[in-house]
Amino acid sequence: MSQADLTMEGHAHAPGITTGIPPFSIPAKKMAMWLFIIADTATFAACLVAYGFIRNATPAWPHPFHGITNVALMTFVLITSSLTMLQGVRAAAGGGKSAALRWTFATAALGSVFALLHVREWLGLISEGMTLFHNPWGTGLFGASFFSITGLHLTHVTAGVIALIVVGVRYNSGRYKADDLEILGLYWHFVDLVWMFVVPMVYLLNLSH
Amino acid sequence: MATGGEQRTNGVGKDLAIYVCILALAALQFAIAYQHIDATQMFVRMLIVALVEAGLALLFFMHLWTEKRALMWLTGVLTVFVLLAMQYGWTDSYRILNGVPWAK
Repeated sequence: MSQADLTMEGHAHAPGITTGIPPFSIPAKKMAMWLFIIADTATFAACLVAYGFIRNATPAWPHPFHGITNVALMTFVLITSSLTMLQGVRAAAGGGKSAALRWTFATAALGSVFALLHVREWLGLISEGMTLFHNPWGTGLFGASFFSITGLHLTHVTAGVIALIVVGVRYNSGRYKADDLEILGLYWHFVDLVWMFVVPMVYLLNLSH
Repeated sequence: MATGGEQRTNGVGKDLAIYVCILALAALQFAIAYQHIDATQMFVRMLIVALVEAGLALLFFMHLWTEKRALMWLTGVLTVFVLLAMQYGWTDSYRILNGVPWAK
């Protein structure tokens, strides 16, 4: 139960605009994050559906990925970063400020490792001749869709890493509270969640056997 | 009654269990990629695994399970509606690839 829930227990009225109790009994910032997550789900879903549509309508779709080592490592790092984020939020809720900061920075470090692995993979593909509109394996649409989807995800990860550092520092200085860390945690887990769909669609279905 | 410390330990244990489950499911996706099955079957299997992974992350990592049920319904219904609304174009993608069977 969140802190907002605890403060709501004394009220007899149902949540609503006239009572002054926030909808769903959660803080406005948290509600905003949930609404952002719903909207961002639609954005990623639109990208993945468009990708599926293009792939389905293209007879000779490229299968450029020879191995899974890099993407498996990226997946492991990102899922592990969700665990460290959870521990950070848990430590902050329990009042352990230094532990919360350590876990938050560990999450940011893992996010950075993920981003570096991602950039390394991009550079590998670019060195093989893949660009936004051209690749040596077939339809140029592959590069456009691959870089769009993974680029959008990488942008989210990069923004998340910056946010983790900023919120972590401000939480340490007392400007932000444990709730703010929890809200950022929602975003980070969402980025992890999206990756679970990007991996099979963009990587695993395009393995060259 | 569990103390705060015990509750935290139990919570960490649950987090670890969910983390291991999600890792195992991710590994399963990679294993499916090496099965000798057609692309449609592969896609369906991977999508099912991804949905289970996402469900675990939503309910336990993002704590949707412990929020008000109304929030779970709001996020669930809105998301599912948007996802379903995006599926209208698939027949057209098949038409582009295979022609228009009903026009023959």
